Amino acid sequence: MFSNFDFSVILNSWRYLFFDGMAFTLTLTALAAVGGVVLGTLIAMMRLSGLPVLPQVAKAYVNFMRSLPLVLVIFWFYFLVPYIGQWIIGAERPIQVGAFSSSLITFTLFEAAYFSEIMRAGIQSIPKGQSAAASALGLTYWQSMGNVILPQAFRNMLPVLLTQTIVLFQDTSLVYVLSITDFLGAASKVAQRDGRLVEMYLFAAVVYFAVCFIASLLVRRLQRRVAIIR
Amino acid sequence: MTSSAMPPVSPVPEPQAAVDAAPGTGPVGTLLTECPPVAATTGPMIAIDNVSKWYGDFQVLTNCTTSVTKGEVVVVCGPSGSGKSTLIKCVNALEPFQKGQITVDGTKIADKKTNLPKLRSRVGMVFQHFELFPHLSITDNLSLAQRKVLGRGKAEAEAKGLALLERVGLKAHAHKFPGQLSGGQQQRVAIARALAMNPIVMLFDEPTSALDPEMVGEVLDVMVELAREGMTMMVVTHEMGFARKVANRVIFMDKGEIVEDAQKEEFFGSPRSERAQTFLSRILSH
Repeated sequence: MFSNFDFSVILNSWRYLFFDGMAFTLTLTALAAVGGVVLGTLIAMMRLSGLPVLPQVAKAYVNFMRSLPLVLVIFWFYFLVPYIGQWIIGAERPIQVGAFSSSLITFTLFEAAYFSEIMRAGIQSIPKGQSAAASALGLTYWQSMGNVILPQAFRNMLPVLLTQTIVLFQDTSLVYVLSITDFLGAASKVAQRDGRLVEMYLFAAVVYFAVCFIASLLVRRLQRRVAIIR
Repeated sequence: MTSSAMPPVSPVPEPQAAVDAAPGTGPVGTLLTECPPVAATTGPMIAIDNVSKWYGDFQVLTNCTTSVTKGEVVVVCGPSGSGKSTLIKCVNALEPFQKGQITVDGTKIADKKTNLPKLRSRVGMVFQHFELFPHLSITDNLSLAQRKVLGRGKAEAEAKGLALLERVGLKAHAHKFPGQLSGGQQQRVAIARALAMNPIVMLFDEPTSALDPEMVGEVLDVMVELAREGMTMMVVTHEMGFARKVANRVIFMDKGEIVEDAQKEEFFGSPRSERAQTFLSRILSH
């Protein structure tokens, strides 16, 4: 079946695939995950704050982001952010935003909606008595969040956060619509240049599968190690 | 009920005398190693004035008025759902109330200008379910608030925590996590954690209700010792043995009202209200 396949195309291009493509994919995944978790946690705190307006704003944001296809948001931001930037700083021309910055902003904002739902569940999973005890000791809201509630919430939710990050890793392949050279983009470029589409896309699939599968295994092992004894 | 390790029951010291003996000069090994900072007010330590509270339409507290003077041990009892836990949680503003005023050491807690975290840091609280922080070691549980709220250094906070752990007999467990301790041990750590803040008053919200019967004694021992050292205490509990031993006054609540507020001898000897009589006969009959 593979008799007329030529897998040497992989050997010839692996440096480009991994050092350019995969490096970009991993960088984008890592930065967007960190940014998404931070922003998502703030959104979750807004949503649970019980203050006027803030919870509704947070809820609207999350529902809005979750009702849009990611590809559309990526497009949208790429073409819209320069104009929004222009409008904000009052420049004469649309400001220049590179494809990388644009995709990073997009993924951070988009993933924050998902991460915020995870963190909301995480914060709600901490018994009310914990924040009462923190308050009773004189800790302020932020001290209690930072030292008592969030560390426990993160630990409880770490497996889910990492699983969502694996999904994010796969989703980053959608940056192809901005012609960015991520791993899939690199594979696709080589495939078209050398006319070896099937081989390259097979190889890309195997790599994505291997990375995600190993990552899930690690998450499961981690899950057992970080569990808090209650 | 309380274990045989306790010295024979001595008459309850006069509150004022007990306080005079405790500060600073206290013998080595007392729970109160430092003089608690007390503002120079002549009023009661806790004054609860006509407090009412509603959950929606349901009234949980109705015109509650009482006070706790310095060095006094007041036990709050009553049937479940009578509002005793709610009342004690109002004292350090963990529960808001809609009417009335509570003054702690001269500070009005319902006043918008009151710095609640600062006030709470001076009021120790022990919860029914201990509420130790499960992700922190015992040492870190004891030093967290000392460092973040009182601004103590790491070494100082840990030394203070260790000294208190030794007093509650748990020094050997300092490196462990709460989940590795029994309920009674966790509650003793929780008491030590509250004491580490040098509180001017201690609130106990059913501290032994979640414990296995054989662990109640060790927690009550610590509380009795604390009371004998002159700590001002407000204790919600069903442990009438504890009340008989160390309380100065007993408050009986029913259906959100303070039905009886009497000296210990009077309460146990001849309760005035019928409801208190019924309650006592039920709780003391077995």
